[in-house]
Amino acid sequence: MSTPLLSIKGLTKAYPGVVANDNVSFDIGEGEVHALLGENGAGKSTLVKMIYGLVKPDSGTMSLRGAPYAPPEPRAARADGIAMVFQHFSLFDALNVAENIALGMENPPAMGDLAARIREVSETYGLPLDPFRTVGDLSAGERQRVEIIRCLLQDPKLLIMDEPTSVLTPQEVEILFQTLQKLRSEGTSILYISHKLEEIRTLCDHATILRLGKNVGECTPRETSARDMAEMMVGTALKTPQRAGRAFGEIALDITGLSVPSPSEFGTSLKNLHLTVRKGEVLGIGGVAGNGQDELLAVLSGEILTAADAVKKDGQPVGRMGPTARRRLGLLTAPEERLGHAAAPNMSLTENALLTGSVREGLESNGFLKWAETRDFAERIIKAFDVRTPGPENAARSLSGGNLQKFVIGREVLQNPDVLVVNQPTWGVDAAAAAAIRQALLDLAARGTAVICISQDLDELMEISDTFAALNEGRLSTPRTTTGLTVDEIGLMMGGAHGMEVAHV
Amino acid sequence: MIVLEKRPQPSRAWSMATPLVAVLATMFFGGLLFAALGKNPVEAIGTIFWEPLFGEYAFYYRPQLLVKGAPLVLIAIGLSLGFRAGIWNIGAEGQYIMGAIVGAGVGLAFYPMEAFYIFPLMVVAGALGGWAWAMIPAFLKVRFGTNEILVSLMLVYVAEQLLASMSLGLLKNPEGFGFPGSRNLQSYGSAHNAELIEGSGMHWGVVAALIAVIFAYVLLNRHMTGFHIRLTGEAPRAARFAGVRPARLILFCLGVSGALAGLAGLFEVSGPSGQVSIDFNVGYGFTAIIVAFLGRLHPVGILLAGGLMALTYIGGEIAQGSLGLPAAAIQVFQGMLLFFLLALDLLTNYRIRAARKEVA
Repeated sequence: MSTPLLSIKGLTKAYPGVVANDNVSFDIGEGEVHALLGENGAGKSTLVKMIYGLVKPDSGTMSLRGAPYAPPEPRAARADGIAMVFQHFSLFDALNVAENIALGMENPPAMGDLAARIREVSETYGLPLDPFRTVGDLSAGERQRVEIIRCLLQDPKLLIMDEPTSVLTPQEVEILFQTLQKLRSEGTSILYISHKLEEIRTLCDHATILRLGKNVGECTPRETSARDMAEMMVGTALKTPQRAGRAFGEIALDITGLSVPSPSEFGTSLKNLHLTVRKGEVLGIGGVAGNGQDELLAVLSGEILTAADAVKKDGQPVGRMGPTARRRLGLLTAPEERLGHAAAPNMSLTENALLTGSVREGLESNGFLKWAETRDFAERIIKAFDVRTPGPENAARSLSGGNLQKFVIGREVLQNPDVLVVNQPTWGVDAAAAAAIRQALLDLAARGTAVICISQDLDELMEISDTFAALNEGRLSTPRTTTGLTVDEIGLMMGGAHGMEVAHV
Repeated sequence: MIVLEKRPQPSRAWSMATPLVAVLATMFFGGLLFAALGKNPVEAIGTIFWEPLFGEYAFYYRPQLLVKGAPLVLIAIGLSLGFRAGIWNIGAEGQYIMGAIVGAGVGLAFYPMEAFYIFPLMVVAGALGGWAWAMIPAFLKVRFGTNEILVSLMLVYVAEQLLASMSLGLLKNPEGFGFPGSRNLQSYGSAHNAELIEGSGMHWGVVAALIAVIFAYVLLNRHMTGFHIRLTGEAPRAARFAGVRPARLILFCLGVSGALAGLAGLFEVSGPSGQVSIDFNVGYGFTAIIVAFLGRLHPVGILLAGGLMALTYIGGEIAQGSLGLPAAAIQVFQGMLLFFLLALDLLTNYRIRAARKEVA
């Protein structure tokens, strides 16, 4: 075999209290699409940061085409032909595409020349992009193109992509994959980071799997089933959530003609929303982030008030009620942001149990708090949802993301809601915890609760929801039965390619 | 290199220890300051901290501790509720003045009648005066989103002008030979906030301060309102999610702190001070901010901190008198105390570590 493009040997990086990477070794060949697979916290990000020169390894070596490679900073990595597209874009909304790209360059050419080159590169790779459009007006998929083109202008040998599809609709994913395949055919290697197994099976030639910072296996994705890869990633056999066949009851929650301006300048206003959820039904709401998900949750939790009869629970108008009154009626919610919204980071789990549990669990009488009962409630959550913590007196911020999420979801589930609304219930959560949370939602539905699950993870929604709708720029598509929905149909509900043309490569 | 590393959760031990360490650091660096001024540092520190408690004239200074400490604690307790929730009432001095003016006004309106209900009425009026003055920034903030820090601070200067006007006009003693200032309430039995035990310094303000400490402790630890106050300070978004109504909380916190500051003013004007006069206010409302933070916004901490501040005040006065230390040096000394406390506060949430060299 010829010399690999990048060879990594025994890379180790420890942070206080955690070994992020432990003796990781693998090779990336020329023109290979190499997947780096692992759960959140498996050490993928640290590893690519070392390759990109953002973090220095404690020990271990890297070599690029046989020559030793130890970039002291990203600039050196870029000079050696390594480029990276980050999960979170670093673009200025107020500037246009060409200006944004020029800002990231060492010696930017004249704006006219640069624009011409951007056009040239974007046409070659099927990524149509007008260099003079303002970035603030672009969709997430188009912003990603800006980042990719910025990298391609450097003519990279290795392109690192960190979770590139998490912000894309299926149609946009399709365009991206065509571009990546064209790059591969020209000999560019790609290091592709993801935890979405089907994508990796479609795209990648080779996969390295990380678990708890260690390289636990390699495989050829095309020849390995998604389930096998998932089990390598998690380290144990996975339980697929079970859903029992069930009949739906009466309408539990009814939203009619709901329009709300977003409280924040950069938020999305909700426009003429209609939806109903029946008892025992799980309604999945998909959509790319920032299309009104947070606003919808706030409207349901009572943080944003609406016209009284825009939101009805069991026929009763609740639009003008605050969060406490809604909880009393059995309408519970769990927001996306765990720290600072669903939970107070510096407060103990007991205090956080009180945060939403006071009304339904009877944790206060005449305004006075019952700490013993509250502690019991927190302990019940910890026990029922297998939250890993020494005890309820620990601060919420001391828990890992997955454990805190289990606590936050468990806190609502144990209050026996009539209607439960969750936003991104398994975001940043490891696969085992995610499976437990999904199972809890399904169990709740089986007992007759109406569940609304807002998520960007389409696989999750397909797995648990009976009915599916998508949010796109604050509008909700007509809900449809999940069974029989095709990926194309879902993509169109999510807004298709957000006005982007499909590439013609 | 030294790096700060965030602790997984706040250290309980450090949160208890920082006030003590801050006091020790203040003693040390204050000592250096006094040495630089050519005074014997040990003697100066000893005078400030020892004399008022155990010195030769302690029988005189000990009651003074209560007299000085009570208004500080009373005001600081009120402020701490708002500070916990991120509502910054900086204008307690103004509310203190208004409490004194309104309370004394009610008392003087009855002069020279003697009745048991006059003093209780004055107490209510004093609290209402402070409350009303605090409601101005509260209402403006709730209704128009103004900054309560600026509005409450500006109202201090308005209150000072009003105080001067009252001393020279409406409340001026008709038998005062033209001197500014009201009748002396100490010589009006029904309105006098007299010592409860002769020579102890213990007056109704001290009792009120102790009740306020207990009230605040119960509120913060056992009541939903207190939980909402803490939650709002820790995570405002989580508080709204929990059902807290920010406007209500603003009105409550500013209202309580205003009322307590007003009470402090009333007890002062009807007791130790005795009359409404131009220079009635001596900065208790501002010093109470220091006391609130020195006590880590905890009721019991504030009680101790109020005692400590009163000690540095009285000790400082003794040091000025007997050692000739300039008044400014005493103020620097008190400033140091707050500085070290806030600086060391960092250790509650962070630990200091020597950074390891990173291997390339």
